[in-house]
Amino acid sequence: MHPAKSVILFTTASGAGYGLLFLLILGHMLGVIPTDQTLALSGFGTAFILIVLGLLSSTFHLGRPERAWRALTQWRSSWLSREGILAIVTFLPTGIYGLWWIFFSSSEFALLPLIGSAALLLCCATVYCTSMIYACLKPVAAWHNKFVPAGYLVLSLSTGALLLNAILHLQGKNDQLFDMLTIALIIIAVVHKFYYWQYINENTAQSTVGSATGLGSMGKVSLLEAAHTEANYLMKEMGFKIARKHRQKLRNITFIFGFIFPIFLISLSGMISNATLSNLTIILSILSGGLGIVTERWLFFAEAKHTVSLYYGAEKV
Amino acid sequence: MTCLPQNGSKKKLGLVIDLDICVGCHACAVNCKEWNTGGHSAPLTDIDPYGADPNGVWFNRIHSFEVVDDDNDSRTVHFPKSCLHCDDAPCVTVCPTGASYKREEDGIVLVDADKCIGCKLCSWACAYGAREYDEDVGIMKKCTLCVDRIYNENLPEASRVPACVSTCPVGARSFGDLGDPNSDVSKLVAEREGFDLMAELDYKPTNKYLPPRPKQNENTVSDKPVSLSPVETEKAGLLARWADKVLSL
Repeated sequence: MHPAKSVILFTTASGAGYGLLFLLILGHMLGVIPTDQTLALSGFGTAFILIVLGLLSSTFHLGRPERAWRALTQWRSSWLSREGILAIVTFLPTGIYGLWWIFFSSSEFALLPLIGSAALLLCCATVYCTSMIYACLKPVAAWHNKFVPAGYLVLSLSTGALLLNAILHLQGKNDQLFDMLTIALIIIAVVHKFYYWQYINENTAQSTVGSATGLGSMGKVSLLEAAHTEANYLMKEMGFKIARKHRQKLRNITFIFGFIFPIFLISLSGMISNATLSNLTIILSILSGGLGIVTERWLFFAEAKHTVSLYYGAEKV
Repeated sequence: MTCLPQNGSKKKLGLVIDLDICVGCHACAVNCKEWNTGGHSAPLTDIDPYGADPNGVWFNRIHSFEVVDDDNDSRTVHFPKSCLHCDDAPCVTVCPTGASYKREEDGIVLVDADKCIGCKLCSWACAYGAREYDEDVGIMKKCTLCVDRIYNENLPEASRVPACVSTCPVGARSFGDLGDPNSDVSKLVAEREGFDLMAELDYKPTNKYLPPRPKQNENTVSDKPVSLSPVETEKAGLLARWADKVLSL
């Protein structure tokens, strides 16, 4: 599948944003992270910037962005529509929670646990809807499986944790508990990724060129002559091949930059007593994790094969 | 509204394509382009049509496949493919705007050009590659089953069939109601054991394909020489054997 830059930015940035919101609010509700305004302002600020950036970017790949509002109408059947609506609804409880924390945290607010719980639920639901946009597509075997929603949720949390960990570090509020939690989430993400890669290596689509043409029972089917001389929309959109050529290298980049370096750098920063050096290591962990997650998402799109390739020379997908 | 008609559509207009007859002349694709570039989803934009990298919207494309059986005997099958107007059409349900819809009255799947935002998700949901994105207009287009011909009272009745069907010079394409078991097309499908493409996905395509018939001269075909080799000397004619002897002296 063609890896559109806008969609990669959308899924990674908004994913990390929802993960960050989730951990901030959960941490605050459980009383395990500091409660000061600076943390709230920087945490909610970063999350909302990432989410808004992601949502705006998702409209860039539209043919008619001025009609984007129409995408909010078909929640009964469309995961994309559900995602759009939930993304907007989620701003409400998360926004109220953030505003209360920043401006009114000295006063009691009886509804806060309720609003917090709604925010946690909606963050997960929005990321789940994003994943289902892809996981509901039967023609793409690499996406149409249970690993995909799980992966989006886990990676949203691990990238959110990486961000929150960095914010805590840069404000000198880090503790070992959160370092450990971040590392644990990254380890869960990498284990999931390995199982996913193994799954898509071993499971190709049920459809073959034989079933796509219905001629499979007569013998071995292969494309003799293409329908046209030049590439068309379908081949450009669904027949993307570069990632498959460099698949292993890209997986290694994802593994090393997305998972190994961040774990190493977070551990390292805990051992460095010099604040500047420690902060530098944490900034590096963000940059490395960012490169890793973007490569991961690029690969997620680019290495997925679509059944339409069966009409353009592929024997299986 | 992108929910599918609740009880499915009773009438299911669609095509039956006979892979035994199709000669791969591409006339159906050409006439489709000709009609539809002025029809319901007009224009079928071409980008750089006379340049080095032409690219354009076509609702119908003809792929040619080779099938090689266990005896290493091969045959060519020309394979026209356009929208199959699936009963369970995921291109409709994934649409976030309601632009993509399936008509309850005849099962035709269409795109409302005024609502489409060009997100391309429907083209990802279609297993068959029936959706065609128009870069120029920024919206998705697709086969309309010539909805602007089949009900068109300005046309003589015989012409009220999709452009691809009307132009096929060998009669490989039939049009009719596949929801009615007594229609000509349904009978044809039953008689020739017509099949669904990628039935395993359960999209329930309306369009059916008829398989190529077995080769009629199968017995003579199986006796064919496996490879060509020079005629053996003992089996050659009298004159040739004499010449061979003389020249071998």
